[in-house]
Amino acid sequence: MNIQEVQIGLGGVQFFGKMAASISHEIKNVLAIINENAGLLEDICFMAERGKPIDPDRLKRLSGSVKDQIRRADHIMTVMNRFAHSVDEATVSIDVSEVLELLVSLSARFVAMRGVVLEVGKPVGATITTFPFVLLNLLWLCLDYAMAVVGPGKTIELLAEKTGDGVWFRFCKLENMETDAAPLFPAEREAALGQALHAQIFRDPAAREVRVLLAQRRNA
Amino acid sequence: MQVLLVDDEEELVTALAERLSLRGIEALWATSAEEALRVLETRSFDLAVLDVKIPKIDGLQLKKQMQAMRPGMKFIFVTGHGSDRDFKTGVAEVGADYYLVKPLKIEDLITKMKEVLES
Repeated sequence: MNIQEVQIGLGGVQFFGKMAASISHEIKNVLAIINENAGLLEDICFMAERGKPIDPDRLKRLSGSVKDQIRRADHIMTVMNRFAHSVDEATVSIDVSEVLELLVSLSARFVAMRGVVLEVGKPVGATITTFPFVLLNLLWLCLDYAMAVVGPGKTIELLAEKTGDGVWFRFCKLENMETDAAPLFPAEREAALGQALHAQIFRDPAAREVRVLLAQRRNA
Repeated sequence: MQVLLVDDEEELVTALAERLSLRGIEALWATSAEEALRVLETRSFDLAVLDVKIPKIDGLQLKKQMQAMRPGMKFIFVTGHGSDRDFKTGVAEVGADYYLVKPLKIEDLITKMKEVLES
């Protein structure tokens, strides 16, 4: 294993851990809400035993809330499952819009914590043959950089576009790319991932965007 | 006892506020740091229960801002756990006595509230 592979492997484990921690935090919140709703149901039963009439609409709202949280948890676990399976194959054909959708779902809590808004372009119906996990890792690092430069309250536009023999992933509307506080980009880690994917990474302050050009892979 | 609950999960704070009020504790809630600071401009509380991680600002920073506005106010932090390092850092800063992990047991929360107010 060469240094680049070690770097990608270690960075990949860190990326996986970061996403898993965020997902577990989300699940904890879902459990906390279900816990409080169950507690309220107990309180209502306790009061009913002491003669206070039960309001059926109140019970319907509480059961509706529990169902909503179960749907939320199901979505979170579906995202986790898709992410976990992104390591299964090193060369697979994937829909680029689905990759962006998965990235947005995985990043939702980080995006909320930073107070940033994401706008995702319409699906383009393009596929690319690549290693999904490594691509997700690279796109996450681009998004992380984009969030760091724009700051709270700003919008980042995410686009996937077909081009010739490959696709563009674009992170647009990035203000403040040239301030002293902006982190170095692409740094060693992004460059290593780009090399592994045969991707080119462009930082373009004039266009206020970061772009990743990914060409089709012809062999494994 | 008058308590301000701050967590970006609205369903969590509304249900918790209702459960506390059924136990004789007046609880208001806010789902963002900005909202919490706005509420504090108009009234005071004995205690705030803050989520460690809320959008745009962490709970520890929010505590400092709230404390500057209401110096006598006490604080309890709740967390979905985060990393061990986050937890230890948080505990080191605010003290283990002021930390609870989600999901909360309401009896534990009320016991902790009383302990903190008596401390």
